[in-house]
Amino acid sequence: MADADQVTITINGIDHVVAAGQLLITAAENIGEIIPRFCHHDKLEPVAKCRMCLVEVEGPRGKALVPSCTMPVSNGMVVDTKSAVVTKAHEGVLEFLLINHPLDCPICDKGGECPLQDQAYAHGPGESRFVEEKRTYLKPLPVSDLVLLDRERCVLCDRCVRVADDIAGDPLLVFTERGNAVQIQTFPDEPFASYFSGNTVQLCPVGALTSVDYRFKARPWDLHHVTSVSLVDTVQSTVDVQTSRGKIVRVYGVENDAVNEGWLSDKDRFVFPAIHADTRVVQPLVRNGERFDKATWGEALEIVASRLGSCKGAEVAAIGGAHNTNEDAFALGKFMRSVIGSAHIDAQIGDGLDARLAAAVTSRARLGDLDAASTILVWGPDLKEVLPVLYLRVRKATRNGATLVVVSPVATGLDSVADHVVRYRAGTGSELLRKLGAGDGDLVGARSALREGPVVALVGRTSLAEDPNLAESIAAFALSLPEAKILPLLERGNVFGALDMGLAPGLLPGRVSVDSQEGVDAIEDAWGPLPDHEGLDAMSILADLVEGDMSALVMVGSDPVSDCPDPQLARAAIEAADFVVAIDAFITDSSVLADVILPAAVWGEVDGTVTNLEGRVQRIRPSLLPAGQSRALHGLLDDIASQMGADLGTSDLAMISKEIASVAPSYAGITIDYLTFAGDPDGVVVPIEDAQQPLVYTPVDRPVPVVTGEFTLHLAASLYDAGVWLSNAAALGDLARSAYVRLHPSDAARRAITPGETIVVSGSHQLPVALDDTVSRGTLVVPHNLEETKGFVATPTVTVDTVRGEE
Amino acid sequence: MTDLILTARMTAHPADSHMIDRFVATGGYSALRKALTELTPEEVKDEVKASNMRGRGGAGFPTGVKWGFLAASEPRYLVVNGDESEPGTFNDRQLMERDPHQLVEGIAISSYALGIGHAFVYIRGEYPRSARRVQRAIEEAYAAGYLGDGILGTDFSLDVTVHLGGGAYICGEETALLNSLEGRRGEPRLKPPFPAVEGLYAKPTIVNNVESISNVPWIVNNSGTSYAAIGPERSAGTKMLSISGHINKPGNHEIIMGMTWRDMIYDLGGGIPDDRALKTWIPGGASAPWFVPEEHLDTILSIDDVAANGSMIGAGAVVVMDETTNVVAAAHRIVRFFAHESCGQCTPCREGTRWLEDVLKRILDGRGRPEDIDLLLDISDNISPGLSWPPAMTTICPLGPSAVSPVTSITRWFLPEIEAMIAGGGDSDG
Ligand SMILES: Cc1cc2nc3c(=O)[nH]c(=O)nc-3n(C[C@H](O)[C@H](O)[C@H](O)COP(=O)(O)O)c2cc1C
Ligand code: SF4
Ligand code: SF4
Ligand code: FES
Repeated sequence: MADADQVTITINGIDHVVAAGQLLITAAENIGEIIPRFCHHDKLEPVAKCRMCLVEVEGPRGKALVPSCTMPVSNGMVVDTKSAVVTKAHEGVLEFLLINHPLDCPICDKGGECPLQDQAYAHGPGESRFVEEKRTYLKPLPVSDLVLLDRERCVLCDRCVRVADDIAGDPLLVFTERGNAVQIQTFPDEPFASYFSGNTVQLCPVGALTSVDYRFKARPWDLHHVTSVSLVDTVQSTVDVQTSRGKIVRVYGVENDAVNEGWLSDKDRFVFPAIHADTRVVQPLVRNGERFDKATWGEALEIVASRLGSCKGAEVAAIGGAHNTNEDAFALGKFMRSVIGSAHIDAQIGDGLDARLAAAVTSRARLGDLDAASTILVWGPDLKEVLPVLYLRVRKATRNGATLVVVSPVATGLDSVADHVVRYRAGTGSELLRKLGAGDGDLVGARSALREGPVVALVGRTSLAEDPNLAESIAAFALSLPEAKILPLLERGNVFGALDMGLAPGLLPGRVSVDSQEGVDAIEDAWGPLPDHEGLDAMSILADLVEGDMSALVMVGSDPVSDCPDPQLARAAIEAADFVVAIDAFITDSSVLADVILPAAVWGEVDGTVTNLEGRVQRIRPSLLPAGQSRALHGLLDDIASQMGADLGTSDLAMISKEIASVAPSYAGITIDYLTFAGDPDGVVVPIEDAQQPLVYTPVDRPVPVVTGEFTLHLAASLYDAGVWLSNAAALGDLARSAYVRLHPSDAARRAITPGETIVVSGSHQLPVALDDTVSRGTLVVPHNLEETKGFVATPTVTVDTVRGEE
Repeated sequence: MTDLILTARMTAHPADSHMIDRFVATGGYSALRKALTELTPEEVKDEVKASNMRGRGGAGFPTGVKWGFLAASEPRYLVVNGDESEPGTFNDRQLMERDPHQLVEGIAISSYALGIGHAFVYIRGEYPRSARRVQRAIEEAYAAGYLGDGILGTDFSLDVTVHLGGGAYICGEETALLNSLEGRRGEPRLKPPFPAVEGLYAKPTIVNNVESISNVPWIVNNSGTSYAAIGPERSAGTKMLSISGHINKPGNHEIIMGMTWRDMIYDLGGGIPDDRALKTWIPGGASAPWFVPEEHLDTILSIDDVAANGSMIGAGAVVVMDETTNVVAAAHRIVRFFAHESCGQCTPCREGTRWLEDVLKRILDGRGRPEDIDLLLDISDNISPGLSWPPAMTTICPLGPSAVSPVTSITRWFLPEIEAMIAGGGDSDG
């Protein structure tokens, strides 16, 4: 007997009990009856345009052909997917699709993995009867810098348009013309400039949409596939990394419904060429006056070991580790604490959140909680720019009826789907939080929305200029909301994994506070005595280096000169240090100042596990050998340790993995083997059932002063910044934005500043002005980390001078 | 004729039947007054239901029944379909140009019955005069208190908006029309949901044809049962026919159904010029399968009889073709129209109609092959499986299957002629 959420349907004469509420095409697929399709896609609203999925369903007036992609299953439904009528319809539709299709499969990227090829083979007529002239178009049509369109291959399935409109919220692809001339187009002078454009290439069921990067590069049957995880941001989308002849040629999204649901940002998808860039550092480099000399690993390691060994533990600090695997991060923490004897270690660069909030806030939300949320509060960076795939998930939640409250000093990508947009002057967040708590004035609506649970609060720092304590207070407020859960927002790839591995001054591996004697005892049992000084965070480390209280710095894939709120301080600190070793893959604004650069293996080359913003641990797998002489962090640290006469025990990945599982309480039981063979293929959220969460952290409402002054600063992050990865990633490299300072028209009028005019911000940066009435009055928006804003210091207030004034 | 409903006023007062003074002087807006002051909305609906009037837009669905499907949620809309683009139809145009107040009165009464506060009239873009006259009638009606707030002193209020189409036949299909009205591409929507549940701006919406709505004042004035008493039982009331082609008296005629086609063509239509022989005719617009004299001349012109004979009255366009007609050329012309007007969203229509057009052209151009006849029929079958009427469809809307009608018609009735054309090297006049 079928229960309430099940129905019985008959397919080709056989009864099946299937879940109610699903589409016939899906129900059939689940029982192994694949109905051919082009326009249907699980993640998109049905349009039933291609007509490929027609089946016969019995109705009051006999059997009728219906598209199975729009037909919900119902009890007693009798379906024929193989009758003569259905077979003829399938052949007919396929023939129609093929008559104008160019049949250039031998040179088409999709050839070999093409639904049109496959289904033509399975369901098509053997031969074409078409002797007329085929449709042709000028080709290719570049719909954006990243994506090309060959219209004559298009089957007009509407997938790309739906991805752009519905999923991404960038309605930039359109159908033009009608009848036989219908085609996909962009609007005049408006390219398909979407952060999600690559998803259309992946979903296109033919070779009509191709990516500039991959076009004509490889044949599908030559590709080697590895399922891994993107490290572009903390969502850590599951990806299929595809290599050909020793190079990554394509990255596809994997439908991991717990994480990215198949979607990727274009940064996830198109950043990989940086790995193969010839600008990569692939050999150890040792400073020789103004320049670097190439060195052997032996020479370089000896210098590093002796220079670090000559310092007292507390004089050495490490910044970074947020782009590494959990195993590498663990090795770094163990190296610093047990070999060097320093607790000065920070995976964040003064740009993030309180490490305990980020690693151990309870109740912490999972991404899937967004799907069931009644209200979502976003108070943090612009998700579209910083965590684009999370942005998609929030958009989806609003499509499914969640109420969205967005709080930010400037307009964000989510505003268009938000029910309540709350704007405040940068620097006055604490005042606004008080008002929001009270539900005063025009905040009544937002406040009452937040009374509808379950609430999921996405909390982060709106910009580098924002006081990091504000997020604490927001989180404390959010926890008071009904059935509240919190998702802390940090951006950098595996920063949550790094924090979980103890790469923060106050944290030990496995979310253990250094204040916990029990936790300290357990680690000391394994590692020997821990440093007895209190660890410092990145900004204090930099300050101490300048002051001379510290003398050596280890930078691990970190670029404080570009990324920390005070680039001047970072530069001064690195210059002041007696010895700086950068373990990095590129010469960055920071590593260029180091004494030794050790070439690091990067994403695509490294093996291990990583942890995303909800605490989900997934396997990250290598597709390549490390470039040149690059090495994985854990191994080279083990070598430095042995040069220093210590046994770090991190030469072997499996050993580290076992050690993490045994010494890091919230990671108890999570080994690489567990994830590979036993765990959920979607990854597992730590702590798992029989493990524990040693640190139960409840955010507190900390005092945050209200900033006053003529202009308060909002330093806005953008997806395409001047970061070293992007500038080395072929097609993406050209997309970095131009640096406009934005301010409210009335502020501009008051100061007689005109649009396009160049102004001097904080006496240091000359930047052009754009007026923007979505910016709150008194706020100056400066784009973060673009070529033109490098070195900009994130002070709470800034001065503005006109160039005219100086004439 | 004394029993004319829709064209009585314009026939009697050809000079000014479209002006409000003439309209009121000849009993106009009395039905609206009656409805608003003497009848409840339910009672108006009951009258329309009792009239058995079947929608005049083509599908012939009983209007009263359709009104019963309107979902309860607010707001709701009435959309009047004046897109009239089926080749051969021009009767809505006459109703809009010559008696626009009759339509406005019908809109007001229907909206009252349906609890609607905003109605739209979607008029074919190539009908500027219809649009001007309807617009002017609406303005006059506002000024005279027949539209706007508190109509005739009651608490019923109604706004009416005119919208001009952009020149696409498919926008006559009700859901494409709604998309177009919303500013989207004119593509038919998937049904369900039907407009009565989710229509304009996703709100419950009734879409009715101009002629259907123009009948409503008469029904209210004279009762639904009197309307039902006119004509055959399931073809109640009068029907506007647009007659064109090889006929002596082309133009619009308001008729009572039930006559034979012979009477229609030779009596009403005055026969064929120069007494040439009748070859074939399309009984209900370009979409409809064709009739031929030997089979159909003495069959009955009613909705059900025409359907029983495998075609349709549709919107009432009769296109007569005499013995001089090159039927392949005629079919090509019609198929070309549908291929050009296909919205292109579904594969069989987008690709198939154009393919049919190309093959017919090839035959006309003398490059036909014997196997092209089977090919034409099989392409048609892949658009409209079984080639029956009303059509089964592999498409989203009936436009695709409509394009098949000329092909099935000429292959059914004029096969030797096509074969001869293929054998003889085409027809350069085509
Ligand atoms: C391709 C196509 C074109 C149509 N064109 C028109 C039209 O021009 N005018 C019209 O009233 N109905 C047209 N219809 C019918 C409408 O979809 C709809 O059935 C009608 O407007 C309903 O009005 P009624 O119930 O009063 O007949 C068309 C239908 C199709 C499939
Ligand atoms: S370009 Fe590809 S995805 Fe877009 S409509 Fe054409 S076939 Fe579909
Ligand atoms: S049948 Fe033709 S007109 Fe109708 S929806 Fe399909 S493509 Fe558009
Ligand atoms: S898959 Fe159903 S119509 Fe395209």
